[in-house]
Amino acid sequence: MSAFEWLVAPLRYPFMIRALVASALVGGLCSIVGTFVVLRSMAFLGDAIAHSVLPGIATGVLVAGRGDRRSLFWWALGTSILVALGIGWVSERGRIKEDTAIGIVFAGMFALGIALLSTVRGFAVDLVHVLFGDVLGVSVGDLALIAAFGGAVLLLVVLFYKELVLVSFDPTLGATLRLPVAVYRRLLLVLVAITVVVSLQVVGLALMLAMLVAPATTAFLLTRRVRSMMVVGALIGVASGLIGLYVSFYFAVASGAAIVLVAIAAFLLALLLTPRRGLLRRPASR
Amino acid sequence: MTEQTKAPVALRAARIVRRRTRASVIHDANAPAIAARDLAAAYGGRIALSAVSFDLSAGAHLAVVGPNGAGKSTLLKVIGGLLPWVGGTIRVHGHAPRDHLCIAYVPQRSDVDWRFPVTVADVVLMGLTGRLGPLRRAGQRDRRLVTDAIERVGLEDRAHRQIGELSGGEQQRMFIARAIAQEAEIVLMDEPLAGLDVPSEADVLALLDRLDRTTLLVALHDLGVAAAHFDRVLLLRERMIGFGTPADVFRPDALEAAYGGCVRMVRTADGALVVHDSACPREAL
Repeated sequence: MSAFEWLVAPLRYPFMIRALVASALVGGLCSIVGTFVVLRSMAFLGDAIAHSVLPGIATGVLVAGRGDRRSLFWWALGTSILVALGIGWVSERGRIKEDTAIGIVFAGMFALGIALLSTVRGFAVDLVHVLFGDVLGVSVGDLALIAAFGGAVLLLVVLFYKELVLVSFDPTLGATLRLPVAVYRRLLLVLVAITVVVSLQVVGLALMLAMLVAPATTAFLLTRRVRSMMVVGALIGVASGLIGLYVSFYFAVASGAAIVLVAIAAFLLALLLTPRRGLLRRPASR
Repeated sequence: MTEQTKAPVALRAARIVRRRTRASVIHDANAPAIAARDLAAAYGGRIALSAVSFDLSAGAHLAVVGPNGAGKSTLLKVIGGLLPWVGGTIRVHGHAPRDHLCIAYVPQRSDVDWRFPVTVADVVLMGLTGRLGPLRRAGQRDRRLVTDAIERVGLEDRAHRQIGELSGGEQQRMFIARAIAQEAEIVLMDEPLAGLDVPSEADVLALLDRLDRTTLLVALHDLGVAAAHFDRVLLLRERMIGFGTPADVFRPDALEAAYGGCVRMVRTADGALVVHDSACPREAL
């Protein structure tokens, strides 16, 4: 089989074309939003938001039945945005330490989701799809949702780019410039929440964090400005999605896991080889 | 239907945000740049500072000195409108600190993430974010402002370096350039000399001396620097111990009150010399 045949063989299946498009879109989107997750050190927060989607989906299954994918999406979206705003609110009150608060919300919501789902017969299948994704089952309608909401997230990032970067780098400057710092902080959390829900079908909840963090961190090692970090991260994310899906097709590996493993491999490569920030470079002097 | 309601939602939201953030006040020409009366402030739930009263005229350079934990940072944050105060009054050009856009705050170097992927020019440009407003990118004129500010602090050959590649003194000068680009009339600096070597310290001090139209409040450890480069000093130890010219404030009784037994007086031909006792425990200094 020639390399060309190897590349086009999967394209004979319409479900593979849809899956490739979905993986590329999600890979790019996760990396762009992930840039802020990495720069603001909110990986744990991102993971918590991802896992907190479960009770929303469970409620959707109970209310609308598991066949109604569209309403599951809306339930997931509503829950994730609420949780993101809730975590933002709790962490700003400052009564409990932020990571403790996040941990409690994270575990509590996840347990609630499993409890709700376990009342449904045959819940194991649903749970596996939610946890590990179901990219081969992506429909044209799903693609439209991914494109629409992914596009909305991108638009907001572009429109409020300089404010989001400023608030991530130096919130004190934001305060002396009298910018609504809290509003931008919440906006960032909501962008993460939407991204998580949009990406659910491709990578699943359990591996979501890897897609938010790995391509963006790889790009962090390779670049020196936020804008280029985003562009390079997005390219790595898209490539991980596509390559991961081919790996999954030819080696019969779970697709979400394959995509994440490709992204992690790219990260390890960058970590070893980058001249400026990789292992071969000394930490920045103070 | 008006123009306003036809605009896209994001644009309308941005206009509201901009209106709310552009609220700045006209300076009261008769009021001092900073006027504190029996000011008290809390930090982390406990009173960190009290009984602070002073007037500072526009363009004055004030060194805020005192031992660690004396409330220097707290005072700067209150004046910057970053922390609320709990007693007394504080007025900046006749108005509440939060109403001003003319205040720049330079953080301690240890509070900054130096690995953040931004260049010197990027950081200086951030000073213009408020004036640009949401949805607008920097134009030719803004870039000119940034270049000018960078030239004024002598970092033109570093403008496109990632900030972690700068020396400590250059990092401090970058923040001064940002304050210049911000067109700040009041600049608050928290320990700008901490961890600098002697040549860098001299560079930063020379730059501060040249900002003669800017009202400058600088938290410092080094009393010698305070006396040599500042026309006013404020001595703190959880309350105000003294305010005035260095000669007025740096007297044995006041220094004794601020630093306890950790200060030594050395009499010389033309007056008293103040010496820190380096053997003192760090917590006390």
